[in-house]
Amino acid sequence: MIINHPLLGPRDSQEFVYLGDANLIDRPDWAAEGAVDTFHDYLYQRTNPAGLHQELWFHEQGDRSWLVVTRNTLTHEITKVELARDVARARGRSK
Amino acid sequence: MSQKNRLSGGQLNRSKPLNFTFDGATYQGYEGDTLASALLANGVRLMGRSFKYHRPRGPISSGSEEPNAIVELRQGARQEPNTRATIAELFEGLSAKSQNHVGSLKFDFLAINDRLSSFFAAGFYYKTFMWPKAFWEKLYEPMIRRAAGLGSLSMQDDPDAYDKGFLHCDLLVIGAGPSGLAAALTAARSGARVILADEDFTPGGRLNSETFTLGDASGADWAKSAIAELSSLPNVRILTRTVVIGSFDHGIYGALERVSDHIATPASGKPRQILWRIYSQRAVLAAGATERPIAFKNNDRPGVMLAGAMRAYANRWAATPGQTVAVFTNNDDGLRTASDLLAKGVKISAVIDSRADGPAFQGAEHLRGAVVTDAHGRLGLSSISVKLASGETRQITAEALGVSGGWNPNVHLTCHQRGLPVWNADLAAFVPGTLPVGMVVAGAANGRLSTAGALASGAEAAAEALEGLGLTVKSADLPQAEDAPVRVTPLWYVPHKGRAWLDQQNDVTVKDVKLAHQEGFRSVEHLKRYTTMGMATDQGKTSNISGLAVMAEMTGKSIPETGTTIYRPPYTPVPIAAFAGRSAGADFRPKRLTPSHKWAAEQGAVFVEVGMWLRAQWFPKAGETTWRQSVDREVLATRGSVGICDVTTLGKIDVQGPDAAEFLNRIYCNPFAKLGIGKVRYGLMLREDGIAMDDGTTARLAEDHFVTTTTTANAVGVYRHMEFARQCLWPDLDVQIISTTEAWAQFSVAGPNARKLLQKIVDPEFDISNEAFPYMGCGEITVCGGLRARLFRISFSGELAYEIAVPTRYGDGLVRAMMEAGREFNALVYGTEALGVMRIEKGHAAGNELNGTTSALNLGMAGMVNKKKDSIGSTLSEREGMNREGAYNLVGFQPVDATKPLLGGMHFINQGAPADAKNDQGYMTSVAFSPSLGHSIGLGYLKDGAARKGETLRAVNPLAGEETLVKVVSAHFVDPEGERLRG
Amino acid sequence: MADPVLKMSPLKPITQLGGDLPRKDSFPGLTITERTDTALASLSARQGKPAEFHAAARAFFGFDLPAPARSATGGAYTAIWTGPEQWFIEAPFATHEDIAPILKRGFGDSASITEQTDGWGGFDLEGEGALSVFELLSNLDLGKLPSGGASRTVIEHLGCILVCRAAGKSYTVYGGRSSAASLHHALMTAAKSAL
Repeated sequence: MIINHPLLGPRDSQEFVYLGDANLIDRPDWAAEGAVDTFHDYLYQRTNPAGLHQELWFHEQGDRSWLVVTRNTLTHEITKVELARDVARARGRSK
Repeated sequence: MSQKNRLSGGQLNRSKPLNFTFDGATYQGYEGDTLASALLANGVRLMGRSFKYHRPRGPISSGSEEPNAIVELRQGARQEPNTRATIAELFEGLSAKSQNHVGSLKFDFLAINDRLSSFFAAGFYYKTFMWPKAFWEKLYEPMIRRAAGLGSLSMQDDPDAYDKGFLHCDLLVIGAGPSGLAAALTAARSGARVILADEDFTPGGRLNSETFTLGDASGADWAKSAIAELSSLPNVRILTRTVVIGSFDHGIYGALERVSDHIATPASGKPRQILWRIYSQRAVLAAGATERPIAFKNNDRPGVMLAGAMRAYANRWAATPGQTVAVFTNNDDGLRTASDLLAKGVKISAVIDSRADGPAFQGAEHLRGAVVTDAHGRLGLSSISVKLASGETRQITAEALGVSGGWNPNVHLTCHQRGLPVWNADLAAFVPGTLPVGMVVAGAANGRLSTAGALASGAEAAAEALEGLGLTVKSADLPQAEDAPVRVTPLWYVPHKGRAWLDQQNDVTVKDVKLAHQEGFRSVEHLKRYTTMGMATDQGKTSNISGLAVMAEMTGKSIPETGTTIYRPPYTPVPIAAFAGRSAGADFRPKRLTPSHKWAAEQGAVFVEVGMWLRAQWFPKAGETTWRQSVDREVLATRGSVGICDVTTLGKIDVQGPDAAEFLNRIYCNPFAKLGIGKVRYGLMLREDGIAMDDGTTARLAEDHFVTTTTTANAVGVYRHMEFARQCLWPDLDVQIISTTEAWAQFSVAGPNARKLLQKIVDPEFDISNEAFPYMGCGEITVCGGLRARLFRISFSGELAYEIAVPTRYGDGLVRAMMEAGREFNALVYGTEALGVMRIEKGHAAGNELNGTTSALNLGMAGMVNKKKDSIGSTLSEREGMNREGAYNLVGFQPVDATKPLLGGMHFINQGAPADAKNDQGYMTSVAFSPSLGHSIGLGYLKDGAARKGETLRAVNPLAGEETLVKVVSAHFVDPEGERLRG
Repeated sequence: MADPVLKMSPLKPITQLGGDLPRKDSFPGLTITERTDTALASLSARQGKPAEFHAAARAFFGFDLPAPARSATGGAYTAIWTGPEQWFIEAPFATHEDIAPILKRGFGDSASITEQTDGWGGFDLEGEGALSVFELLSNLDLGKLPSGGASRTVIEHLGCILVCRAAGKSYTVYGGRSSAASLHHALMTAAKSAL
């Protein structure tokens, strides 16, 4: 597959390491009530869509960016590639 | 021997005769011949034996679809089985052997299988060899392997090299026949970057095999001039002898270039083959079409071949399989074979056209509405039986029979991403359906079977592709060419009681398909697996469609309803060696060498692979005959005075920035925020699920600068994890990380004399006394008169120990300087084995203990998981299941009988309890012989282990029936109070 | 001949291939030379001070730091983009062996700087043959990589940095120093195969 890196353009997916669902960005608040349960769901409860899927890829043999790749799991069509750091910030993550 | 079946003309270099052998006999051919064409020219039709029944076989095709003429090429280590004689280029001295027979090719003892064919029908494997079970391994399988094997391996290392490479283009054109050449010319003249790949050694496809003209030129001459133009353009790359083997996601194609297959030995340093990974923006598939046979009784006799192949042998290679030939066709194209061979002076004994209404044919007896019902001549065709339209049967003399059942477009690459082909009733064939993104199909591959249609569709396909890329298309001027329509009346097989062959390579007959249907196999995928049709090295290129047509007839469904099996890469077989490329033998993977490697090699070190690293395992001295002697000496000498070990392989990550301390606080379960400058702390890193991920020491060099170390094995994964935390979890933490593993040569200097040795190396302005530089101190210093260095007072061995680092290029110099400085202390160097022994003696966890299943609690470090801060893994460490009573604790073990060895992986069982899984109390993770204690010791996980010191348990190895009584002890075997390392 | 290394330290350095002098090999249309005279450091911008950081870069180097997949050269320095807000800085080893503090003086708290000199082992490939050699090694489209282009790439399983000094004829490839022998072997093997 080819991943169209937002900074570097098209790169072979062989250069990347796959992690999984981009919801891993949404790490829960450790101090909140019931944190053990929310962390459990965060870590283990994943959807497995037949269709568009947002997932994390690490450009290990490239610029070391984590990317959020929107990929159709049925066709492998990639419709969107973003820097994970930007996505994380947009989702409200900071320090 | 004379070339008795050599015709006039052809595209051969007759000034260059080539000598070759087949089954030991010497023959002559010409440059431009394939092995098959040269053998046919020499009157040899019998080239092999079939897989299951050992039936005599000759070539049925002139290309890569060949199921029958499968031979062994070359000799010695280069002997290569299962190659197709039809695409093997002849070269001087080529030695070829037929395969799959016991005895000679002409008298094969295993031809008895043919007489026993009723036992070998579809599914025989599943039916016959079920019982008794023991017979399978000892009798049936060896027997089947011997009988049904294809060619034989040399059993020697392949002496040749294989490359892999990468190419980029705007447009990849697959196939250099008329449509591919038209596409390539259009794209090339429009300025696109073009790669044109063709599996043949002479581009042109069918243009080389037909007598049609393109404009004023012969097809072959037009192809030659098109190639000449393309070769002259800088934006075109032509790959001949190159099969595009697969179409992969997003425009990636695989291609195998047979660089040196056509010469006896590759030139020095040059590869035999190259596996290319081609990145294309667009692709034009111009792969042509494959003719299909019509099945009839004994249609596998040597001499029966595809009509188009017979024409190719005559026109391109000036060879005929016989002096008297017949043609059997259900379509107009088959008639061309008869007229072309007539023109070459070959006698046509009859043209049998299954259509009563086919066009008339002049020049030979034309039997319309007739079918071939049988073929005679076991080792080579002598005559055929023909059932005439009148119903009477006639015997007709023929040394060869050209059969045409119509043409199947080569849709394979359109299906590699699960595209399904669609049925075209006019052609009676499947044509491409859903295409991979970026692919356009042209010419015969798209059902445009005439020359004019192929040229036009090639140009159109290129234009479509280029427009998609935003390029301006300059249309190529195409020559006039024949534009005959396809007229075919489907005929898949001639009904008869005898065996009619569909898949000749795997010996699947019409009967087998019917039997499969009778036994309940309805899906083509089941049919394929039950009968093995299409599962041989040719992947059923000449048989699959006919097989599913028979199946359709059985089930009463239409062919499109029945559907095809899935086409998968590779298009033609690819040697495993090509996939390996240069990553073979000693170059299987890269090696990482430590800074002291050169010196260690001079010392005679024994090296061990640790990941990609080569590390010194131990340093044998004269007189030492076992590794234990060396390792024991290294341990005792280190604990007795001082030892040096290269520990560069540990991962080192530079962590900087105002938030560096906070970042480490979240990465490690124990706190780092308040680590003082000039101090080192041990850190335990958890995964988010609470399982231990890695451990190591982190040194604070400045307020905003840390150097953290990882285990050798986890360096890459920890770095990735830290980047994940930095970019995805806390994107606004102001922290920058980068690996510095290889930038510094780092040595452990351990033992009571470590400080004394280092005081001779470290520049005198740096005070490294115990008071000024205590345990867990660190600092940036200089050594040997001004060289920048780092010093860490940390200890893996439990001794007074330091790790000292200098820029890598000086590592070799530093180890030599330290050995010189340590001479007065009898300093020695130790390897990874001694390192391991000392860490087990000290009870330090390593990879065996941090094995991906163990928590901080298991490791005895539950107290390190700080509950007052957020860190990765801290929350889920609190899960009930990870804090149950009876959890594993890491403890030490020693044999009750001190002479007994221990074994890693042994399981603990309470005395008196049976050694089974139910009574399992834990397992041994690490063992060593402790020279310090004089007996074996072990570390392991034991249920409630921390509370069970003093107990005696059984340590069992049920696999080998071994058992030892062990005593549970503290994991800290040596200096449990840690006095030495603080001294 | 002045050898700054030996002046600085009594420890004798060795090259990444373990020799005393850089190795050089010639092929038709190509030379492969071990690069030993370059000091390297990583330069990463800290957060929240981009103006200060880029002003410091302009003042210190005399040029703007290059965009992604590019390098820039001026005076003693070449800057190579290696990641978001991260560059590798090349400078002559003889004058810049202790490169990290030298850069630190120019950037203060606006950047994180780490010495990388011996983290990498470089090889220079000079000559028209370089393109066909890299075809067997790297998936980068060198036909489209302009002078000054730079990228990470994988060569025979090794993570490398490739810098195009002059399109079509002059390249530097840096690989991890510990695997320099394997990288050199791969370059030599490909050169023998392609040239």
